Amino acid sequence: MGRYVIRRLLWTVLVVLLVTLLTFVVFYVMPPGNPAIRFAGKQPTPELIAQVEKQFGLDRSLPEQYAHFLRRLFLGDGTECPLYLRPACAIEPVEEFVVLETPGCATGVSGCGWPGLGMSFDSRTAVRQELIERTPRTLSLIVGAAVIWLLLGVSIGVLSALKRRTIWDRLAMGFALFGISAPVFWLGLVALWIFTVKLPFAESMGTGYVEFGTDPVGWFTHLILPWTVLALLYAAFYARMTRGNLIDTMGEDYIRTARAKGLPERRVIFKHGLRASLTPIVTMFGLDVALLVGGAVITETVFNIQGLGNYAVQSAVSADLPAMTGVVVIVAFAVAFMNLVVDIVYAYLDPRVRYS
Amino acid sequence: MSNAYASPRGEPLLDVRDLKVHFPTPDGVVKAVDGLSFSVRRGETFGIVGESGSGKSVTCLTALGLINRKSAHIEGEVLFKGRDLLTLPQDELRKVRGKELAMIFQDPFACLHPMYRVGDQLVEAVQIHDDMSKKAARERVVEMLSAVGIPRPRERVRDYPHQYSGGMRQRAMIAMALLHNPDVLIADEPTTALDVTVQAQILELIERIKGEFQIGVILITHDLGVVADVAQTVMVMYAGRAMELGGRNEVFERPLHPYTWGLLESIPRVMSKGELLLPIEGSPPSLINVPAGCPFHPRCPHRFGPCDEERPAFKDRGGGHPEACHLTAEDKRKLWVEREAGRTKVAV
Repeated sequence: MGRYVIRRLLWTVLVVLLVTLLTFVVFYVMPPGNPAIRFAGKQPTPELIAQVEKQFGLDRSLPEQYAHFLRRLFLGDGTECPLYLRPACAIEPVEEFVVLETPGCATGVSGCGWPGLGMSFDSRTAVRQELIERTPRTLSLIVGAAVIWLLLGVSIGVLSALKRRTIWDRLAMGFALFGISAPVFWLGLVALWIFTVKLPFAESMGTGYVEFGTDPVGWFTHLILPWTVLALLYAAFYARMTRGNLIDTMGEDYIRTARAKGLPERRVIFKHGLRASLTPIVTMFGLDVALLVGGAVITETVFNIQGLGNYAVQSAVSADLPAMTGVVVIVAFAVAFMNLVVDIVYAYLDPRVRYS
Repeated sequence: MSNAYASPRGEPLLDVRDLKVHFPTPDGVVKAVDGLSFSVRRGETFGIVGESGSGKSVTCLTALGLINRKSAHIEGEVLFKGRDLLTLPQDELRKVRGKELAMIFQDPFACLHPMYRVGDQLVEAVQIHDDMSKKAARERVVEMLSAVGIPRPRERVRDYPHQYSGGMRQRAMIAMALLHNPDVLIADEPTTALDVTVQAQILELIERIKGEFQIGVILITHDLGVVADVAQTVMVMYAGRAMELGGRNEVFERPLHPYTWGLLESIPRVMSKGELLLPIEGSPPSLINVPAGCPFHPRCPHRFGPCDEERPAFKDRGGGHPEACHLTAEDKRKLWVEREAGRTKVAV
């Protein structure tokens, strides 16, 4: 088991490395045109363009840029941090930077460090700082939603499989159809309208994100709607999948064996049936969670949660290369990491995987 | 009852009377078992032979209550030590299942849960019927695994099923079935999925166990060779009905039903080199539209007047044991002798 985990871990590192290369190629090599021109304003002078290129390292060769990108990513960018982002906030060699005023300076927070992800073209703050602020929001959203959809989806699926072709099954699958068909933006807006406009406890359930550290109750009440709306879609998928898997499993020979040895039906279902039918769900769950790290765009937008998905869209719209790269690296890491977790859990759940 | 055949000794352990198992489907009613009667005695190996879909497995699954009563229409009686298993409440039946009445299945590769250790699956089977500590249960499991010939059972209990060979898995299944010293062991094609050499070992094991534990064994198979080896009594089934039922020697040496003749002629006999193998023409009927009269008549070379109208009663027509064919005992004897002679003549 230990060897297996180590082997998988090495693979994960390799995958993340490959993704960074791909990201670099997609964002820095493939797009035509010089980002520095877009950046330098409406009527850029050649000098200004050159200055911008120098500032962002765009004047160097591509392999050099990639090496620099990697070094920054793995070793941090503390040493090359622009002066204005350093805590001392020294705004000295003015000509080296295009913009002087920055939020980093105002609060005295350094945006630099590990993992270094460069400066945003848009805000001129460190991408890393932005991601550090946004990641907990997105994670809060995902974890809460995942708990809800897993509990809801699996229990509905089990109910539906066991009461096949009864009114319960119909109701459950009707719910699933609704969950899958109802668009999140519509569901979100309807939920907001009902709970914050039509019902009295409006204040506590509004949009936005309240930090857990400052107000745990507010954190919860502000997240309960987005959790539910996001979870509904996934719960529907999981209910259908659990239903199908469990129905298949209950037809297996080893279920007949379990019955033949005289086990009570409850035990046959929950110990023998569910165990085997949940393993594919584990795989799906890991990947769904990972993809949501950068993918809960609509939910984040409807409920005004300034998370990673939101940031990904913003930076894509404004062609903010370092910001996009930052999001991609985080998502890639999340996917690789969740894959690793899934594989380990899977090996634990299914002994046949462990030994092959 | 039409079941006139009586085994020479012993009270019946399991007595099936006029069993009918019908499954309503959108295409019509599948008559998987249609009026079947037989009984099994202690110390007897009762062989049930027939093609796939002849109702062998359904009969046994019904006896164990493993056919969903809601999805099937079940009639008749299955008397086990005086109780009718068909009317027993689910909870009572569960206590019989795996304890007094145990079953092993065809495919040992699929019958053990792939995600639990073999030992744990057997321990669970012990503990469900006996209030016993896990440790004591494990001891019993190790003992039983050793009894069925699993080498190094103390280590192998910790293995997962995929670490066992097919033969070992079937041995583990047999061990599981024997944990509670049942009265009847139902073996549903226990050797079909195994290598021939392993087949012989498993059959031998079942025979040995039958002797040691003094149990009744129902051996379901489509392999006449297997039945000839170990069964004392043989029942030939076709389309959910019994065609012929008798002692092994009677059925193999003086078979009375044309279907049995067909079965016997379609298997190779090692001692009769050069003999022709004659397959039975046609294919088994759909159980939704079972032919009227004798279900075998469309494939029967000896059919005559009543065969396609009147269902032949299952009784002794003077041939020595009960069968379901309209021909007279005299005709049957003549026809079988002719067929035997023709078969060897062609070969010479």
